Amino acid sequence: MSAAVAQAKRWYRQRISAMVLVVCVVVHLCGLVYAVRGGLTATEILGRTHGNWGFALFYAVFVIACAVHVPVGLTNIAREWWGLGERAGLWLGRAFAVLLLVLGLRSVYAVVA
Amino acid sequence: MRTTDKLEVRVWRGNAAGGFSAYEVPRQNSQTVLDVVTHIQRHLEPSLSYRFACRVGMCGSCAMTVNGKARWTCRTHVAKVLDEGRGLEIAPLANLPVIKDLVTDMGEFFDKWARARGSFKGTATRHDDFARVAPTSPERAAADAGIECIGCAVCYSSCDVVAWRPDFLGPAALNRAWTLVNDVRATGQRERLAAVAGDAGCHSCHTQGSCTERCPKKIAPTLAIAGLKRTVAKAAVRGQL
Repeated sequence: MSAAVAQAKRWYRQRISAMVLVVCVVVHLCGLVYAVRGGLTATEILGRTHGNWGFALFYAVFVIACAVHVPVGLTNIAREWWGLGERAGLWLGRAFAVLLLVLGLRSVYAVVA
Repeated sequence: MRTTDKLEVRVWRGNAAGGFSAYEVPRQNSQTVLDVVTHIQRHLEPSLSYRFACRVGMCGSCAMTVNGKARWTCRTHVAKVLDEGRGLEIAPLANLPVIKDLVTDMGEFFDKWARARGSFKGTATRHDDFARVAPTSPERAAADAGIECIGCAVCYSSCDVVAWRPDFLGPAALNRAWTLVNDVRATGQRERLAAVAGDAGCHSCHTQGSCTERCPKKIAPTLAIAGLKRTVAKAAVRGQL
Protein backbone atom coordinates (compact mmCIF):
# COMPACT_ATOMS: atom_id res chain seq x y z
CA MET A 1 0.00 0.00 0.00
CA SER A 2 1.49 3.34 -1.00
CA ALA A 3 2.03 6.09 1.57
CA ALA A 4 -0.60 8.23 -0.15
CA VAL A 5 -3.26 5.51 0.05
CA ALA A 6 -2.39 4.86 3.70
CA GLN A 7 -2.71 8.59 4.42
CA ALA A 8 -6.08 8.72 2.63
CA LYS A 9 -7.33 5.78 4.71
CA ARG A 10 -6.11 7.39 7.93
CA TRP A 11 -8.04 10.54 7.01
CA TYR A 12 -11.13 8.41 6.36
CA ARG A 13 -10.82 6.70 9.77
CA GLN A 14 -10.35 10.10 11.41
CA ARG A 15 -13.46 11.40 9.69
CA ILE A 16 -15.67 8.42 10.61
CA SER A 17 -14.42 8.44 14.23
CA ALA A 18 -15.13 12.20 14.39
CA MET A 19 -18.77 11.48 13.50
CA VAL A 20 -18.96 8.92 16.33
CA LEU A 21 -17.30 11.40 18.71
CA VAL A 22 -19.86 14.12 17.92
CA VAL A 23 -22.63 11.83 19.18
CA CYS A 24 -20.56 10.58 22.14
CA VAL A 25 -19.60 14.07 23.33
CA VAL A 26 -23.19 15.34 23.15
CA VAL A 27 -24.55 12.31 25.06
CA HIS A 28 -21.67 12.56 27.55
CA LEU A 29 -22.26 16.27 28.27
CA CYS A 30 -26.04 15.87 28.54
CA GLY A 31 -25.55 12.87 30.85
CA LEU A 32 -23.12 14.88 32.94
CA VAL A 33 -25.50 17.83 33.38
CA TYR A 34 -28.36 15.46 34.21
CA ALA A 35 -26.28 13.38 36.65
CA VAL A 36 -25.01 16.29 38.76
CA ARG A 37 -28.40 17.99 39.17
CA GLY A 38 -28.64 16.95 42.82
CA GLY A 39 -24.96 17.13 43.80
CA LEU A 40 -22.31 14.56 43.11
CA THR A 41 -20.69 11.91 45.28
CA ALA A 42 -18.52 8.88 44.48
CA THR A 43 -21.11 6.59 46.03
CA GLU A 44 -23.86 8.03 43.87
CA ILE A 45 -21.79 7.68 40.68
CA LEU A 46 -20.70 4.12 41.41
CA GLY A 47 -24.25 3.24 42.41
CA ARG A 48 -25.38 4.24 38.93
CA THR A 49 -22.49 2.74 36.97
CA HIS A 50 -21.92 -0.59 38.79
CA GLY A 51 -23.18 -3.42 36.66
CA ASN A 52 -24.53 -0.97 34.06
CA TRP A 53 -23.38 -2.67 30.84
CA GLY A 54 -25.13 -0.10 28.62
CA PHE A 55 -22.95 2.56 30.25
CA ALA A 56 -19.91 0.34 29.72
CA LEU A 57 -20.71 -0.21 26.04
CA PHE A 58 -21.26 3.51 25.39
CA TYR A 59 -18.00 4.59 27.03
CA ALA A 60 -16.05 1.72 25.44
CA VAL A 61 -17.20 3.03 22.04
CA PHE A 62 -16.21 6.56 23.15
CA VAL A 63 -12.72 5.40 24.15
CA ILE A 64 -12.20 3.42 20.92
CA ALA A 65 -13.33 6.38 18.80
CA CYS A 66 -10.79 8.58 20.65
CA ALA A 67 -8.05 6.00 20.14
CA VAL A 68 -8.79 5.98 16.40
CA HIS A 69 -9.23 9.74 16.02
CA VAL A 70 -6.55 11.37 18.16
CA PRO A 71 -3.38 9.59 16.92
CA VAL A 72 -3.96 10.70 13.30
CA GLY A 73 -3.92 14.36 14.31
CA LEU A 74 -1.11 13.84 16.81
CA THR A 75 1.06 12.27 14.09
CA ASN A 76 0.50 15.32 11.87
CA ILE A 77 1.34 17.73 14.69
CA ALA A 78 4.48 15.75 15.55
CA ARG A 79 5.62 15.86 11.94
CA GLU A 80 4.83 19.51 11.27
CA TRP A 81 5.72 21.16 14.58
CA TRP A 82 8.35 18.85 16.07
CA GLY A 83 9.97 17.83 12.78
CA LEU A 84 9.53 14.06 13.27
CA GLY A 85 9.89 11.82 10.21
CA GLU A 86 6.95 9.80 8.87
CA ARG A 87 7.88 6.54 10.60
CA ALA A 88 8.63 8.18 13.94
CA GLY A 89 5.39 10.19 13.75
CA LEU A 90 3.34 7.07 12.99
CA TRP A 91 4.90 5.09 15.83
CA LEU A 92 4.28 7.96 18.24
CA GLY A 93 0.63 7.96 17.10
CA ARG A 94 0.31 4.20 17.57
CA ALA A 95 1.88 4.35 21.02
CA PHE A 96 -0.53 7.12 22.01
CA ALA A 97 -3.45 5.08 20.65
CA VAL A 98 -2.47 2.14 22.87
CA LEU A 99 -2.11 4.48 25.87
CA LEU A 100 -5.59 5.94 25.28
CA LEU A 101 -7.10 2.47 24.85
CA VAL A 102 -5.50 1.03 28.00
CA LEU A 103 -6.23 4.02 30.24
CA GLY A 104 -9.73 4.56 28.84
CA LEU A 105 -10.94 0.98 28.91
CA ARG A 106 -9.38 0.43 32.36
CA SER A 107 -11.37 3.42 33.67
CA VAL A 108 -14.59 2.11 32.15
CA TYR A 109 -13.96 -1.32 33.68
CA ALA A 110 -13.18 0.25 37.06
CA VAL A 111 -16.52 2.06 37.39
CA VAL A 112 -18.69 -0.71 35.92
CA ALA A 113 -17.26 -3.98 37.29
CA MET B 1 -9.61 60.96 3.88
CA ARG B 2 -5.89 61.59 3.94
CA THR B 3 -4.40 62.57 7.26
CA THR B 4 -0.85 63.36 6.10
CA ASP B 5 0.80 64.32 2.81
CA LYS B 6 3.68 61.88 3.23
CA LEU B 7 3.69 58.14 3.48
CA GLU B 8 6.30 56.25 5.50
CA VAL B 9 7.10 53.11 3.50
CA ARG B 10 9.42 50.24 4.38
CA VAL B 11 10.39 48.06 1.43
CA TRP B 12 12.29 44.78 1.47
CA ARG B 13 15.69 45.01 -0.29
CA GLY B 14 18.03 42.19 -1.19
CA ASN B 15 17.41 38.45 -1.11
CA ALA B 16 16.27 36.29 1.84
CA ALA B 17 19.12 37.72 3.94
CA GLY B 18 18.17 41.32 3.12
CA GLY B 19 16.30 43.85 5.19
CA PHE B 20 13.83 46.73 5.03
CA SER B 21 14.76 50.17 3.68
CA ALA B 22 12.65 53.22 4.54
CA TYR B 23 11.30 55.70 1.98
CA GLU B 24 9.04 58.72 2.06
CA VAL B 25 6.46 58.80 -0.69
CA PRO B 26 3.97 61.59 -1.48
CA ARG B 27 0.43 60.63 -0.54
CA GLN B 28 -2.16 60.70 -3.33
CA ASN B 29 -5.88 60.17 -3.47
CA SER B 30 -6.92 56.68 -4.60
CA GLN B 31 -3.26 55.61 -4.45
CA THR B 32 -2.60 51.89 -4.77
CA VAL B 33 0.28 50.02 -3.18
CA LEU B 34 1.62 49.35 -6.69
CA ASP B 35 1.62 53.14 -7.30
CA VAL B 36 3.78 53.51 -4.19
CA VAL B 37 6.28 50.85 -5.32
CA THR B 38 6.41 52.37 -8.81
CA HIS B 39 7.04 55.84 -7.35
CA ILE B 40 9.93 54.49 -5.27
CA GLN B 41 11.54 52.82 -8.29
CA ARG B 42 11.10 55.78 -10.62
CA HIS B 43 12.10 58.56 -8.24
CA LEU B 44 13.95 57.18 -5.20
CA GLU B 45 15.52 53.76 -5.81
CA PRO B 46 16.05 52.92 -9.51
CA SER B 47 17.55 49.52 -8.64
CA LEU B 48 14.35 48.31 -6.89
CA SER B 49 13.06 45.10 -8.52
CA TYR B 50 9.38 44.18 -8.62
CA ARG B 51 6.90 42.56 -11.01
CA PHE B 52 3.71 43.90 -12.51
CA ALA B 53 1.99 43.80 -15.88
CA CYS B 54 -1.71 44.60 -16.26
CA ARG B 55 -2.31 46.89 -13.24
CA VAL B 56 -6.02 45.93 -13.24
CA GLY B 57 -6.15 42.58 -11.43
CA MET B 58 -6.03 40.30 -14.44
CA CYS B 59 -2.47 38.99 -14.63
CA GLY B 60 -1.67 38.15 -11.00
CA SER B 61 1.99 39.17 -11.23
CA CYS B 62 2.08 42.05 -8.69
CA ALA B 63 1.26 40.07 -5.53
CA MET B 64 3.37 41.06 -2.50
CA THR B 65 3.16 40.95 1.26
CA VAL B 66 1.64 44.24 2.39
CA ASN B 67 1.65 44.88 6.14
CA GLY B 68 1.99 41.16 6.77
CA LYS B 69 -0.69 39.91 4.37
CA ALA B 70 -0.34 38.70 0.79
CA ARG B 71 -2.29 40.91 -1.62
CA TRP B 72 -2.45 42.11 -5.21
CA THR B 73 -0.75 45.48 -4.92
CA CYS B 74 -2.53 46.85 -8.02
CA ARG B 75 -5.96 46.36 -6.47
CA THR B 76 -5.07 47.39 -2.94
CA HIS B 77 -5.66 51.01 -2.04
CA VAL B 78 -3.16 52.43 0.45
CA ALA B 79 -6.05 53.83 2.49
CA LYS B 80 -7.40 50.31 2.99
CA VAL B 81 -4.24 48.83 4.49
CA LEU B 82 -2.37 51.77 5.97
CA ASP B 83 -1.59 51.37 9.63
CA GLU B 84 -1.10 54.94 10.92
CA GLY B 85 1.35 53.80 13.58
CA ARG B 86 3.31 51.41 11.41
CA GLY B 87 3.07 53.02 7.98
CA LEU B 88 3.27 50.74 4.99
CA GLU B 89 5.50 47.66 4.93
CA ILE B 90 5.99 45.95 1.58
CA ALA B 91 7.79 42.59 1.36
CA PRO B 92 8.01 39.79 -1.20
CA LEU B 93 5.51 36.92 -1.07
CA ALA B 94 6.15 34.44 1.74
CA ASN B 95 6.84 30.71 1.16
CA LEU B 96 8.73 31.43 -2.08
CA PRO B 97 12.48 31.96 -2.51
CA VAL B 98 13.33 35.65 -2.87
CA ILE B 99 15.38 36.45 -5.97
CA LYS B 100 15.79 40.15 -5.27
CA ASP B 101 13.77 42.82 -3.45
CA LEU B 102 10.08 42.16 -4.17
CA VAL B 103 10.65 39.48 -6.81
CA THR B 104 10.23 35.82 -5.86
CA ASP B 105 11.08 32.65 -7.73
CA MET B 106 7.69 31.21 -8.75
CA GLY B 107 9.22 28.06 -10.28
CA GLU B 108 8.33 25.71 -7.43
CA PHE B 109 4.80 27.13 -7.24
CA PHE B 110 4.08 26.29 -10.88
CA ASP B 111 6.01 22.98 -10.77
CA LYS B 112 3.52 21.91 -8.11
CA TRP B 113 0.61 22.56 -10.53
CA ALA B 114 2.29 20.07 -12.87
CA ARG B 115 2.87 17.61 -10.01
CA ALA B 116 -0.85 17.84 -9.12
CA ARG B 117 -1.63 16.81 -12.74
CA GLY B 118 -2.99 20.28 -13.39
CA SER B 119 -2.92 20.15 -17.18
CA PHE B 120 -5.95 19.13 -19.20
CA LYS B 121 -5.82 16.05 -21.39
CA GLY B 122 -8.92 14.74 -23.13
CA THR B 123 -9.73 12.06 -25.68
CA ALA B 124 -11.69 14.11 -28.22
CA THR B 125 -10.08 15.21 -31.48
CA ARG B 126 -10.96 18.08 -33.80
CA HIS B 127 -13.18 15.66 -35.71
CA ASP B 128 -15.39 15.01 -32.70
CA ASP B 129 -18.40 17.08 -31.78
CA PHE B 130 -18.26 19.46 -28.81
CA ALA B 131 -18.70 17.81 -25.43
CA ARG B 132 -22.03 18.74 -23.96
CA VAL B 133 -21.77 19.56 -20.26
CA ALA B 134 -24.93 20.78 -18.56
CA PRO B 135 -24.18 24.12 -16.84
CA THR B 136 -26.31 23.02 -13.90
CA SER B 137 -24.60 19.68 -13.31
CA PRO B 138 -22.86 19.41 -9.91
CA GLU B 139 -19.51 18.66 -11.58
CA ARG B 140 -19.72 21.73 -13.77
CA ALA B 141 -20.73 23.90 -10.80
CA ALA B 142 -17.75 22.61 -8.77
CA ALA B 143 -15.33 23.23 -11.66
CA ASP B 144 -16.80 26.70 -12.30
CA ALA B 145 -16.25 27.67 -8.67
CA GLY B 146 -12.49 27.30 -8.96
CA ILE B 147 -11.76 27.89 -12.64
CA GLU B 148 -11.06 31.64 -12.47
CA CYS B 149 -7.72 31.23 -10.64
CA ILE B 150 -4.99 33.31 -12.32
CA GLY B 151 -2.04 31.82 -10.40
CA CYS B 152 -1.00 34.88 -8.38
CA ALA B 153 0.22 32.73 -5.44
CA VAL B 154 -1.52 34.85 -2.79
CA CYS B 155 -3.10 31.66 -1.38
CA TYR B 156 0.21 29.75 -1.50
CA SER B 157 1.98 32.57 0.31
CA SER B 158 -0.77 32.68 2.98
CA CYS B 159 -0.74 28.93 3.70
CA ASP B 160 0.83 27.81 6.99
CA VAL B 161 0.98 24.19 5.83
CA VAL B 162 3.26 25.19 2.93
CA ALA B 163 5.56 26.80 5.51
CA TRP B 164 5.53 23.63 7.68
CA ARG B 165 5.76 21.10 4.83
CA PRO B 166 7.69 22.52 1.87
CA ASP B 167 6.59 19.63 -0.36
CA PHE B 168 2.86 20.41 0.20
CA LEU B 169 1.32 21.09 -3.21
CA GLY B 170 -0.53 24.13 -1.90
CA PRO B 171 -4.03 25.57 -2.36
CA ALA B 172 -3.70 26.78 -5.97
CA ALA B 173 -2.40 23.49 -7.41
CA LEU B 174 -5.00 21.47 -5.47
CA ASN B 175 -7.78 23.84 -6.54
CA ARG B 176 -6.68 23.34 -10.15
CA ALA B 177 -6.68 19.56 -9.70
CA TRP B 178 -10.22 19.74 -8.26
CA THR B 179 -11.51 21.64 -11.32
CA LEU B 180 -10.07 18.85 -13.51
CA VAL B 181 -11.43 16.06 -11.28
CA ASN B 182 -14.83 17.61 -12.02
CA ASP B 183 -14.16 17.98 -15.74
CA VAL B 184 -16.07 15.12 -17.36
CA ARG B 185 -13.88 15.42 -20.50
CA ALA B 186 -10.57 15.02 -18.65
CA THR B 187 -8.62 11.74 -18.67
CA GLY B 188 -6.05 10.35 -16.22
CA GLN B 189 -8.28 10.87 -13.18
CA ARG B 190 -6.84 7.94 -11.25
CA GLU B 191 -3.30 9.31 -11.65
CA ARG B 192 -4.55 12.76 -10.68
CA LEU B 193 -6.18 11.48 -7.48
CA ALA B 194 -3.01 9.55 -6.60
CA ALA B 195 -0.95 12.68 -7.21
CA VAL B 196 -3.03 14.85 -4.87
CA ALA B 197 -3.33 12.24 -2.08
CA GLY B 198 -1.06 11.84 0.88
CA ASP B 199 1.44 13.98 2.73
CA ALA B 200 2.24 16.40 -0.06
CA GLY B 201 -1.39 16.59 -1.10
CA CYS B 202 -4.87 17.35 0.16
CA HIS B 203 -4.64 15.34 3.40
CA SER B 204 -2.09 17.72 4.87
CA CYS B 205 -4.54 20.64 4.72
CA HIS B 206 -5.78 21.69 8.18
CA THR B 207 -8.75 23.64 6.80
CA GLN B 208 -7.51 26.86 8.40
CA GLY B 209 -8.93 28.77 5.43
CA SER B 210 -6.25 31.47 5.01
CA CYS B 211 -6.20 30.75 1.27
CA THR B 212 -9.95 31.25 0.98
CA GLU B 213 -9.90 34.39 3.11
CA ARG B 214 -7.11 36.04 1.11
CA CYS B 215 -7.92 34.92 -2.45
CA PRO B 216 -8.49 38.14 -4.43
CA LYS B 217 -10.75 36.23 -6.83
CA LYS B 218 -12.95 35.01 -3.96
CA ILE B 219 -12.22 31.39 -4.87
CA ALA B 220 -12.41 28.85 -2.02
CA PRO B 221 -9.46 26.45 -2.33
CA THR B 222 -10.43 25.13 1.11
CA LEU B 223 -13.66 23.76 -0.40
CA ALA B 224 -11.76 22.32 -3.37
CA ILE B 225 -9.33 20.56 -1.01
CA ALA B 226 -12.22 19.21 1.08
CA GLY B 227 -13.73 17.82 -2.13
CA LEU B 228 -10.42 16.19 -3.03
CA LYS B 229 -10.14 14.65 0.46
CA ARG B 230 -13.59 13.06 0.10
CA THR B 231 -12.99 11.83 -3.45
CA VAL B 232 -9.50 10.49 -2.73
CA ALA B 233 -10.58 8.76 0.50
CA LYS B 234 -13.53 7.08 -1.22
CA ALA B 235 -11.22 5.86 -4.01
CA ALA B 236 -8.63 4.61 -1.48
CA VAL B 237 -11.19 2.72 0.60
CA ARG B 238 -12.64 1.10 -2.55
CA GLY B 239 -9.14 0.12 -3.71
CA GLN B 240 -9.38 2.35 -6.78
CA LEU B 241 -6.26 4.39 -6.08
